[in-house]
Amino acid sequence: MTAFNASLLASSALCPPPALSFDDVVFSHEDKVLLGPCSFTLKSAGPSMVMGPNGAGKSLLLRLAHGLLTPTQGQVSWSGEGRPRQAMVFQQPVLLRRSAVANLIHALAVNKVPRKSRAKLAFDALDRFGLSACSHTPARVLSGGEQQRLALARAWVLSPNVLFLDEPTSALDPAAIKAVEAAVREFHQRGTRIVMTTHDLHQARRLAGDVIFLSGGKIREHTPSDTFFDKPVSREAQAFIAGELVE
Amino acid sequence: MENNAFYVALSLLLNFDAALFQIVALSLQISLLAVLVAAVLGFPLGAAVALWRFPGRGGLIVVLNALMGLPPVVAGLIVYLSLSRAGPLGEWGLLFTPGAMVIAQVLLVLPILAALSRQKVEELLGEYREQFVSLGMSRSRMVPTLLWDARFALLTILLAGFGRASAEVGAVMMVGGNIEGVTRVMTTSIVLETGKGNLPLALGLGVVLLSLIMLVNACAYWVGEMTRRRTG
Repeated sequence: MTAFNASLLASSALCPPPALSFDDVVFSHEDKVLLGPCSFTLKSAGPSMVMGPNGAGKSLLLRLAHGLLTPTQGQVSWSGEGRPRQAMVFQQPVLLRRSAVANLIHALAVNKVPRKSRAKLAFDALDRFGLSACSHTPARVLSGGEQQRLALARAWVLSPNVLFLDEPTSALDPAAIKAVEAAVREFHQRGTRIVMTTHDLHQARRLAGDVIFLSGGKIREHTPSDTFFDKPVSREAQAFIAGELVE
Repeated sequence: MENNAFYVALSLLLNFDAALFQIVALSLQISLLAVLVAAVLGFPLGAAVALWRFPGRGGLIVVLNALMGLPPVVAGLIVYLSLSRAGPLGEWGLLFTPGAMVIAQVLLVLPILAALSRQKVEELLGEYREQFVSLGMSRSRMVPTLLWDARFALLTILLAGFGRASAEVGAVMMVGGNIEGVTRVMTTSIVLETGKGNLPLALGLGVVLLSLIMLVNACAYWVGEMTRRRTG
């Protein structure tokens, strides 16, 4: 392990992950409100699952939190100084047209990691995510599961304080889903704040520390996972968990 | 038999005709150098137009696209006027030298490389944008990444540019002057020989020129396939 990674690990283990706050955030497009107004704070250990039916605004919420979109009104803020180190894993992994290891090295180069330590960090991450055998394979000919693991490995080398995942397993088979969930736990154990969207109730049960439930662009409920699955407070969440069709 | 173009081409090549080789070498040097200069300027320009939003961007794209069809004689005229004694760049003393021919061909090739790479980079950016923003990349940092990831398309665009440069005759004729041993290239020789009525030699030169272009394209295709197989 390099000094670079070790210092990051030490810093993330010492202090709790930064808290995320939404303060009356609204996102609208062409005068149509798509999300909000919503206010909440993520400060418990997590992992935080953002749940809700299609079109509820889960992906929007993630993109606003990550800074890919700017809220029309309200503010997104983080505890601590400055903006925490973040990474995002998308539903369809966006990989560069180069080898698996070159994808990781590119991400490290962009983040100004010294040239000498890039290759070592990249190969370590590939090894951790079971991709050693295909390190020189073009990233875009990997299987769907391998591509998503590569996207996770790319997030891993960046040692983020916060990791966003947008439906990372929706196109994967059970074995690949298992690998992704194991990776999410590993990030969580390293002290990374996890914010993940999913519409899979079983997956949320397996991973969640707390749940934000959205429907119709509004937050209906933000509760610890025990409460959410056993005694959901909102009518919409009750219906969702009971398997009814929620809009 | 002596009037057969292929026979003439073949005998020119097999006899290692010194004048011919000099002409071929100069043609290649000028066109390759022009394409290289145009690529160094044109690809980053294309990427920049794809990435940045600024007033007049739409107009610039239209102009670049339109200049792909810039008539070589017009490009030649512009360079001729600029480099002639009384012109703004007259002091350089470049008129009727290979340097002037390179400048004229850069003018012809640059719009092709810039306009086509702009299109390709913009397409790729649509796919990569969210990931790039997520990685915290600045626009200027995106340029080399996008150009490298578009490398196979850029190679084809480069070939289109080389085709334009090596095939044109109007511009190099005007600014080079077709001076034997100095600025005579394949296309200007063909014009000259045709004018003299030496049709077999003109055709022979044509065959040599065509083979050269084929060869360059075959090499580029082969290099492209090899790297594609290795890196995807």
